[in-house]
Order: sequence, then structure tokens, then C-alpha cells
Amino acid sequence: MVAAVVFFGLVLAALFAPLIAPHTPFDPATLNLMDGFTAPMDPALGSGSVYWMGTDDQGRDVFSTILYGLRLSLLIGLAAVLFAAVLGVTLGLIAGYAGGWVDALIMRIADIQLTFPSILVALLIFGVARGLTPPELRDQMAVWVLILSIGLSEWVQFARTVRSSALVESKKDYVQAARLIGRRPIAILFRHLLPNVLGPVLVIGTIYLALAIITEATLSFLGVGAPPTSPSLGTLISIGQDYLFSGEWWILLFPSLTLLALALSVNLLGDWLRDVLNPKLR
Amino acid sequence: MFAYVVRRAFQGALVLFVVAFVAFSMFRFVGDPLEAMMSREATELDRVAARERLGLDDPVPVQFVRFVGNAVRGDFGTSYRNGVPVADMIAQRLPATLELALVSAIFATVLGIALGVYTAIRRDGWLANFIMSASLIGVSLPTFLIGVLLIWIFAVELGWLPSFGRGETGNLLGWDSSLVTVSGLKSLVLPAITLGLYQMTLVMRLVRAEMLEVLRTDYIRFARARGLSNRAINFGHALKNTLVPVITIIGLQVGQITAFAIITETVFQWPGVGLLFINAVQFVDIPVMAAYLLLVGALFVVINLVVDVLYAVVDPRLRVERATGH
Amino acid sequence: MAGDADSHAAGRAPGRAVSARATDDGEPLLSVSDLVVEIPTRHGTLRPVDRVSFTIRAGEILGVVGESGAGKSITGAAIIGLLDRPAHIAGGSVTLSGLRIDQLSERELRRVRGGRIGTVFQDPSTSLNPLKTIGDQLAETALAHLPITRHQARERALQSLVDVGIPAAAERLDAWPHQFSGGMRQRVVIALALIGEPELVIADEPTTALDVSVQAQVLTLLRRLCTERGVGVMLVTHDMGVIAETTDRVAVLYAGRVAEIGPTQRVLTDAAHPYTRGLMGSTPDTSPSRDIGDRLVQIPGAMPGLANIPTGCAFHPRCPSAMSICEQREPHTTELSDSAVRCWLHEDYP
Repeated sequence: MVAAVVFFGLVLAALFAPLIAPHTPFDPATLNLMDGFTAPMDPALGSGSVYWMGTDDQGRDVFSTILYGLRLSLLIGLAAVLFAAVLGVTLGLIAGYAGGWVDALIMRIADIQLTFPSILVALLIFGVARGLTPPELRDQMAVWVLILSIGLSEWVQFARTVRSSALVESKKDYVQAARLIGRRPIAILFRHLLPNVLGPVLVIGTIYLALAIITEATLSFLGVGAPPTSPSLGTLISIGQDYLFSGEWWILLFPSLTLLALALSVNLLGDWLRDVLNPKLR
Repeated sequence: MFAYVVRRAFQGALVLFVVAFVAFSMFRFVGDPLEAMMSREATELDRVAARERLGLDDPVPVQFVRFVGNAVRGDFGTSYRNGVPVADMIAQRLPATLELALVSAIFATVLGIALGVYTAIRRDGWLANFIMSASLIGVSLPTFLIGVLLIWIFAVELGWLPSFGRGETGNLLGWDSSLVTVSGLKSLVLPAITLGLYQMTLVMRLVRAEMLEVLRTDYIRFARARGLSNRAINFGHALKNTLVPVITIIGLQVGQITAFAIITETVFQWPGVGLLFINAVQFVDIPVMAAYLLLVGALFVVINLVVDVLYAVVDPRLRVERATGH
Repeated sequence: MAGDADSHAAGRAPGRAVSARATDDGEPLLSVSDLVVEIPTRHGTLRPVDRVSFTIRAGEILGVVGESGAGKSITGAAIIGLLDRPAHIAGGSVTLSGLRIDQLSERELRRVRGGRIGTVFQDPSTSLNPLKTIGDQLAETALAHLPITRHQARERALQSLVDVGIPAAAERLDAWPHQFSGGMRQRVVIALALIGEPELVIADEPTTALDVSVQAQVLTLLRRLCTERGVGVMLVTHDMGVIAETTDRVAVLYAGRVAEIGPTQRVLTDAAHPYTRGLMGSTPDTSPSRDIGDRLVQIPGAMPGLANIPTGCAFHPRCPSAMSICEQREPHTTELSDSAVRCWLHEDYP
């Protein structure tokens, strides 16, 4: 249960970042370059203030950047999973209900996509989306493109699960009846399907949330995700790596620990949720 | 058995077709190929001539076929960024990636199986439990983080191993290899561990779960009732049955490793095709991206096919079923 | 410890080992005495085997019969030390040819299993490792117990296949289990049980999973091989038909206790215990044409679960002849000439 506490603690921290953060790291006006490279808890050269986790090369408070980065990471992760869930559930519903060639087509696409690791898919979509956006907008669009690409790489499991339920349900009488009456059976199907499918979807959701967070961090680290102007945890770690050799270890360590805590707590939470929702499994 | 193989091959070909189409679409329609290749002073006439020459006005299916034809012959176009033929760029960097992938795959497989068997046989021991807990962290750690932390500990703090690059390469069977030089080997250690760690955790957990299942079966119980030694039971019987489903995963791993190589190569600045791909994404160098996609897709399809065939070969039950045309 | 049979007075301490009528051989091959198996659970300790005693002579086939859950299989598992945790032997003793085997180390037990006691399990389709040839499985068993070379082991494997009646044995030696039919597979299992040259075979429901047409063949085979080699057999089953056809003596188990034990013919025709009578149906009929196919059907109620064993005699709630003492105290074991029964009906009590 430590996991739940940690996770929710992180979520809260992220939510209230603007209130908690002792500094505003992204407002150039408040930055003091002379404060740069201060070790944690050392008084800074420039302003003399003490930064809990030190500062980076531009004098930004690491603790604050982590809070904002955490916020971004969580935001993108959650949005991506939500997008994937909505897309997956919808496609699964359609596939299960319509059957025939629609079903075959959707499932074929799913199978093909499934042979590739999701990070590769995400990278690819990201690359293409980037290619399609004009260069000036790329940084601004980064978040949206990230959500899109990660989401698109994760819809398959949702679709598969919903599809099998839909296949079973759509054979049942109430669906046929609805069709006869003239109401749209798909809406009814959805309403009846929802309670059955909610459990597994939730479980898949937590697994994919962890994956989404890690994927986003990876993409950002690689330099194809959140830009340094509004960095996520991954971007921060990438920056941290650059300063390893010069000895400013704190720029790397704290974002790393935060990311690790986030990923671990989501994973553990997911495990726990899985056990709770399915007592048959061990 | 033959029918099975043919069926699988056909499915693989289908996937390859789709992948090729996606690659082609990227290549042709994302960004403007003409834009990237023409110099600024090109006149309208030059453009028209270029379009003609590149066949950009031909019907799409024709272009697609041409694209595939070129690809098969090894012509992937020219990089937008530096004008060098993509095929050359890839060929130059491929050995580095292959070596890295191979070494880490071996590391992940061997260690994964060994640890999996150990934690299954000694499932109540403290070491086994410790390993299992550690593996949970392993699954939550993103690959790049592992790499960065390893660099910090071993390269920066302890200074034992290099933190980037490939070290010196020597000649092994005609190509550049890091395996034959000391500095090369040293450079290989951290990236191989980084790349292989996640896979190793997966293999370990899978082997353990499978082995525990197998150890519960009737035939193992019967083997015990016949007085066979623990060694004979664990390694002569259980291991064999455990490995059959594990083989498929190991095959798929090669595909995963290829993907994660991108990350590892970036962390360690390892000069392989993964790093090439990342740079291509950063600079929107479409031909390189398309080529990488095509190659990786082909790789995956081939691997899947090989694994399927292997599975049929190893499990005699499948052989008989397939033979009777099931 | 089992001694020579005498006629004992009624009223002996409960559970005293019953010895079969002495023959020229003297000591019985297997002697189970007051065996107790307990399983600790959250709801208390269960006793699937409660002071069970019986003996088996060399070359003799003892049937152990009872409903599902009566404790037959667990008794067999306990004898060879293959109880699944947390079940364990909590009392009594098991003696094989004079040597106590219930307290051996795991290593010594491994030599007993297969080498001195062979086992036949119920389901031949799951008893054999699908990824090993039957030749391999036979040879490795032989090698584990006999001081022979690999080459000799293979020859023995071949010979054992011939012994159990597998046609074209030489070709089948390198075949896979799934290439055999159910009956053939069980023959292979019997070969595996015997290849280590054991003194005793424990067969747990050996024909239950087989087609009816094949059952008789397998049983005949088992009987022939064991009597030829002087191997004792503990044949566990719930099928009275099997008991009638194949066994020399029979022990009837109820709720983990031996209700009655004696020569098969006598028990079948003139059962002493009301439960056994119930099993036979109410008409004593010794004609060979009698159909013993219906078993276990006429007794009202069901055998109690391990957590709900009644006080006194476990059978008393279902017994047509129950008396007040049956509910209060467990009956002692009364030995009658060549058998024994645990029932107040046969006991002189104060």
C-alpha cells in the first residue's frame, strides 16, 4: 500500500506544482545565472538562497523543475492512455459488433501493429507527425504529438478485450430486439457491455499507464519528446546525463529517483488492482 | 508441417507488404522529396525534369512497385540530411548494432534461464525472493535510466568502464568488431547489460512461471514416484518441458532488442543503426526512417517465421498434428 | 510390528495391526500399522488417514476400496512419502520387508521409490512426459535403481515393453507417448513401475481412465506379472468389479479408517461390516454371472467430509444397524480368523 500512498502523493504534488514549487523555473526573469550549479542545500553563489535539490546550469531550482516535469509526465501519460482506451474500446466495439470484413480488417491491423514494440510504433508516428508539422510549431505541438503517438501505439489490447466481449454480447437477444425496434443497437450494446468490460479495461489501463509514462520519458530523453523549454522528467534526465562528468550529480539523481518512484508505484498499483479485480488469479 | 510453414510464410508476407506500404507512404508523401533535394536556385524547368526523372508523377501503385524493387536491390534513396545513399549509411553502422544486440541477447537469455530455473527450484529461499523483488524494479526501470545510472556508477564514479562510444574495433571475419579488442570489449559491457536487462527480467519471470507449472504436473509426480534424482527431474525432465514455450519468447525478444537498441545506442552514443534512426527522427530525414522501418519490419517477420518453425520442430506433438494436415 | 497371526480376543486396543493368516513365508512384505496422516488447515487439523492398518504378502494383491475421499490414494502416497505439503505422516509406521520406510531421509526414500515400490497412477495420458521417448523414460528408471550400463538399460527397456505386451516393441522403443493409445500407455506405465524390480506395486485406480474394453486386459496383465514375480500389489480403486476380478484380499476404507479387511471372496459374499454390505447391495450372490457393475449406490446419505467426521463410528449416521454405543465410541478392531472388522456389532462389549 506504500505504492498507493507514493503514487497519490506524486499525483498531488504534480497537481499542485505551481503552488508548491518554491520557484518558477521557467520564467527567465526569476532566474539568476550565478545560482547555477549549486549543490543541494548549499547556499547559492548569486542570491544566497538554499535550493533543496540544487540548481541546474541556468540557475533553475531542480526541485521545481521536477515538480513541473512530473506534472507534464503524468499529464501526457494519462492523456495518452485515455486516448488509447477510447480509441481501443471504440474499435473493439465496432469490430465485435459488425463482424465480417470490418472485424477482420481491424484485427489484422491490430496483429500487424502488435508485432512491433510499442516504442517503435510511437517513434514512428512521432516522426511522421513531426514531418507533417511546420518547424516553427514543433516545440509547441510536442505534447499533442506525444499524446497522439503514444496513444496510437497502445490501443490494441483495449480493442481486443472489448471485441471478445462484444462478440459474445452482440449475439444476445436484446441486441436483435433493439435492431428490430429500430433503435441503434450499438448504443445499447455499449451500455450493457460497459459493466462487464470495465474491470479488464481498468487493469489494462494501469499496465498501459506505466508503459505510457515510461515511453514518454524515453521519447523525451531521446530528444524527440518534451523539449527543454518545457521539460518532462525524461528531458530532465537527459540534461542530467550531460552534467554527470562535471560532477553535478544532483541534476541527474533527483529526476531519476522521481521517475523510478512514479513507474514503480504505478506498476505496484496495477498489480494490486489486478489481484483485487480478479480473485481467480493468484 | 509443410502446409503450416507455408501458411505462416504467407501471413508474414502480408505483414511485410503492409510495412512496405507504410514505409513507401512516408517516403513519398511526408514532406516534399523534391524540396529536400533541389537547391534553391532550381528553376521550374529543373523541377519538372526532376519530377520526371524520379517518376513522381507516375501512378501511385507504379511508384510503390518501384520503391519495393529498389529496396530489394538495396537502394533506399538518399538521405535528406547529408545526401549520402541511405543504404551505405545503414551498411556502415549495421555491424555495431548487430554485435550489441547479439551480445545482450545471449546475456539476457542465458542469465534469464539460469535465474528462472533457480528461483523456481528454490522458490522459498531468501535469495530467490530477493531476486524476484529486484526483478519487479527491473521491469519498472526504463531502459535509458538503467543506462544512465550504470554510466554514473561505473564510468563516472568508479571509472572502470568507458561511458560512450565503441572503443577500438578490430577485424573479425571481415568486419569491424568490438569483440577483438580490449577497449572494444570494455565498451560493450555497459550497453549490453543495459539493453539486455529488461529482456533478462522477462525471460527469468517466464521461465520461473513455466517451470513451477511443469513441476506440478502428473508426469513429474510420476517421475518422483519412480525414484529419479532431483537432478534428473529438474534438468532431465522439467527443464525440457519448460523451455518449449520459452523458445517463442526468446525469438520475439530479438525483435524487442532491436527496438530498444535505439535507446541504448543513444545513451551510450553507440554508432549503430538505432542512433542513426533517432537522428533521422530529430531531423525529419524521411528516407532513413523509411529504410529503417522496412528493414526492421523484414527482420521481425523473418524472426517470427523462424520461431514458428522452430516451435513445430521442437514439440513432437505439433509435428504429428501438422503432418496429418490438421 | 506385525507378528504371526493368532486369534486374538476381542477388545484389543483399537487399530492393532491385523496380520494375514501365516503362510510358509512368515513376515508379510508390507506392513502398515496405525498409519495417521494429518493436514493442518486454517479450520483445524484434518485426518484423511486415521489409524489405518493392513499387511500385504509377497505375490498377494490387496484391494483397497472406498468412495472418493475415503483416504485410499493418500494412504498410497504416504507409503512412498509423496504427500503434498502440508499433509504429513503424524503417526503409525510403514514397514517394507522388515525395514521401516516412513522415517527415511529423502535420499533413501528415492531408492525405495521405483526400486522397491513401484507405482501406477490413474491417468496414463498425463503420467508420461510428452517430450521424452518411452525408451528414455524406461531406461532412466532402470538406471536409477539397477547397477547396469546404459546399453543394458536400453535392453531392459525393450524387454519390459515385450513383457507388458506391446506389439513391435523394438520399433516402439523410440516412440513418443502421444503415439500410443490409452491402454498401451497404461501398459507402458506398468512397465515403468516394474522395471526397477520392486517388491511391491501401488496401483492407484489403474483402470479408471481407460475404456471398459481395455480395463480387463490391463488388470489381467498386472495380476499376471505380479504373481509371476512374487510382487505384492496394493490396488486402490472405487470399483467393486475390479476388486472382485483381481484381488486376493480387500480392505474397505471409510472416512479414513479401515472398516473391514479380509479375503475378497468372503468379504464379497458375507460382509461383516454394514458399510461393506451396503456396498455389495443387500443380496449375497456368489454366482459368476452376477453383475457387480453397480457399486456404492444403495446407501443413503454420503460419506462425511474430512471436517465433519461424526463422533464414535464414522458410519453410524448412515448405518441401518446403528446402536447407541456407535455414536459414542469408536469401535475396536475385532479380528475374526483371517480378517478384521471395526464394528460394534461384532464386538462383545460390556
